[in-house]
Amino acid sequence: MAQAQAELAHDNHGTPTGWKRWFYSTNHKDIGTLYLYFAIFAGVIGGALSGFMRWELAEPGIQIFPGLAQLVYGVSADASIDAGKHMFNVFTTAHGLIMVFFVVMPAVIGGFGNWFVPLMIGAPDMAFPRMNNISFWLLPSALLLLLISLFMEGPPGAMGSGGGWTVYPPYATAGQPGPAVDFVILSIHIAGASSILGAINFITTIFNMRAPGMTMFKMPLFPWAVLVTAFLLLIALPVLAGAITMLLTDRNFGTAFFDPAGGGDPILYQHLFWFFGHPEVYIMILPGFGMISHIISTFSRKPIFGYLAMVYAMIAIGAVGFIVWAHHMYTSGISLDTQRYFVAATMIIAVPTGVKIFSWIATMWGGSIRFTTPMLWAIGFIFLFTVGGVTGVVLANAGADRALHDTYYVVAHFHYVLSLGAVFTIFAGWYYWFPKMYGVMYNEFLGKLHFWIMFIGVNLIFFPQHFLGLAGMPRRYIDYPDAYTFWNSVSSWGYVVTIVGMFVFLVAMIDAWSRKRKAADNPWGEGATTLEWTLSSPPPYHQFENLPRFK
Amino acid sequence: MAAHTKNHDYHLVDLSPWPLLGGIAAFILAVGGIVLMHADMPWLFWAGVVAVLYVMFGWWSDVVREAETGHHTPVVQIHHRYGMILFIGSEVMFFVAWFWAYFDAAFYPDEIIQEARTAFTGGMWPPQGVEVFDPWHLPLFNTLVLLLSGTTITWAHNALLENDREGLKWGLALTVLLGVLFTCVQVIEYSQAHFSFSGNIYGATFFMATGFHGFHIFIGTIFLIVCLVRAIAGQFTPKQHLGLEFAAWYWHFVDVVWLFLFAAIYVWGSWGATIAQH
Repeated sequence: MAQAQAELAHDNHGTPTGWKRWFYSTNHKDIGTLYLYFAIFAGVIGGALSGFMRWELAEPGIQIFPGLAQLVYGVSADASIDAGKHMFNVFTTAHGLIMVFFVVMPAVIGGFGNWFVPLMIGAPDMAFPRMNNISFWLLPSALLLLLISLFMEGPPGAMGSGGGWTVYPPYATAGQPGPAVDFVILSIHIAGASSILGAINFITTIFNMRAPGMTMFKMPLFPWAVLVTAFLLLIALPVLAGAITMLLTDRNFGTAFFDPAGGGDPILYQHLFWFFGHPEVYIMILPGFGMISHIISTFSRKPIFGYLAMVYAMIAIGAVGFIVWAHHMYTSGISLDTQRYFVAATMIIAVPTGVKIFSWIATMWGGSIRFTTPMLWAIGFIFLFTVGGVTGVVLANAGADRALHDTYYVVAHFHYVLSLGAVFTIFAGWYYWFPKMYGVMYNEFLGKLHFWIMFIGVNLIFFPQHFLGLAGMPRRYIDYPDAYTFWNSVSSWGYVVTIVGMFVFLVAMIDAWSRKRKAADNPWGEGATTLEWTLSSPPPYHQFENLPRFK
Repeated sequence: MAAHTKNHDYHLVDLSPWPLLGGIAAFILAVGGIVLMHADMPWLFWAGVVAVLYVMFGWWSDVVREAETGHHTPVVQIHHRYGMILFIGSEVMFFVAWFWAYFDAAFYPDEIIQEARTAFTGGMWPPQGVEVFDPWHLPLFNTLVLLLSGTTITWAHNALLENDREGLKWGLALTVLLGVLFTCVQVIEYSQAHFSFSGNIYGATFFMATGFHGFHIFIGTIFLIVCLVRAIAGQFTPKQHLGLEFAAWYWHFVDVVWLFLFAAIYVWGSWGATIAQH
């Protein structure tokens, strides 16, 4: 192996060829591409899982999952109703975990972060190019563990872990003694290790590899966003690792961390989990904030409004994000004084978030706006994220949360900020940087068609869920009373529209890659001012061999 | 492609098999661990351990080789320092989780809404019936052992800065010995425990917090042994010896964690408690 490396070392500065280029990579752009394809692959799985759930919920009664359980797990027809109910919960669990750990995070941090942080700060690569690659290669292992868990025993006599992505005890300990939950736990462990290593890499890169002359407050907003994200990862993820290790020892070695019969405390798990879980939602959205800032600025042909305020807003969101976690636990029996504190702290987050929303609007104000595809996604993001943010303020109130906790109102809220907010930033970034990454232009008409169909589709899915939640429909059930039928069927039709949108996306990509319209080095004109646009499209295998001087 | 010349001091690392193999090794280790816990079949787990160790050995051998061949320019050394500090920072947060579990139990053994817990603990900490260690016996001894090892590693480091090779080796060797001594004493202490690992929150928090610390002592000792071997091989220079510095940082980190464990669990946690007699 050392010999192979020695041979490769000779043509180090040329582009490596063959399978080793991808499997042994130490190049930030290649690794970024691997991350993006991985996220797309996992996104297809995660999206398919939610498709089955929307299909099941399209009408009251239990339709799809008993047959699915017979097909997949080979259970008898008699047992299939119970198996189907559990399978629905397994799908909910896997959908959440896949979308969080294997779609959004790899796409925004691993994918766009790897590709564009070094380019935007004028660096030749990441600080630790080889460690960068293990951050990636741990993810397929972690995803595989999660997928295996679907086919392992969870509760006695049923397959898969069905306790939701939060893996709360006691259902995750005494309730599901089979190995499925252990597979989930170790999957999260490995995905977490991947993210911690990635965070170390990004922080070191951003602090030490900025081009000569680029001080911290001259650095573009996307690297700033990734920097704040990386700190959140570094601080939050080890606490989750501790929490799920306690889960593991409670399950397998008889410790009593979460077992009251031995003096333990199931609420302790919720505290530890959400100490990670709440920063995690900012981890998923902050890199998107950075991308949106560049896109809005580029297509308004104006510098971002209030750059410094944007930076401090992101730092504030990151910092305050660590002291609001128990707003996920208002109904868990925490004291009233604790609830009062967490209500107040949570509301405070709306202030820096509002700063960002207003700055984006102020950037567009009086600008020379071009409604290109990435700009449409960015404006769509601002709209959807604002809707999700407003329902977030509603849910921040412990009093209102009494009624809304664990209803579809919460589902609608976090899908507006994540599956619409974060995913829209991913598409915005994808179209914005597509010419740079691949050197070819996509078709504007197809890109815009993709946007409009998706925009209508996702709103059809999730807006009605507010009504369902306010009417009291709980999450994580396979069935519902007839009164909830109408808005559930609307929601399910919205999924169909969204799938059509994804099909248009596929067509747009096939079109782009088959037509190969050559993209200019800077296809967006004078509004695009960051360093990646000074390079060729696609950039050379090793860029900035002479470091750029930054004014 | 034409031969490019880079005009910067960053290290663009060659293609490497280790990340991919590391991902595979982690998968084997995870599946092996589950098979061990559920089917009582250990061989896959140990295969995973060997695979992970093999990747670590190969990877760090490459790093040492790169250091020897001048790839670790001053700016790359700064990268490595940042990397190590951030890694230790993440380790600190890992221990936060265990201290959180401990204080959750120690501060709130008698909450009115937690009837089952209160029934178990008797409303006090340590829980009723738990006989704890005398902090001023073996734990104090181990505290002194670790504090002493902090001085010997500093001796080794300063000896290297003065290019005193003998002092470097002796300082490192003594630190390793003190690390091993700590581990042995910890094993003896565990064997004398009057409470069990399973079934009670005191044992769970005590053994997992001190156990993870002990595991870090074990890792740190191996790190120091590697440094000793490298010192004997003459690989450190007074100007460039990041491996030794990082081993020292790591060692101080586990030292500080111990001081918190000693203060919180052994000393404060034994106030008013029944002390086990040996």
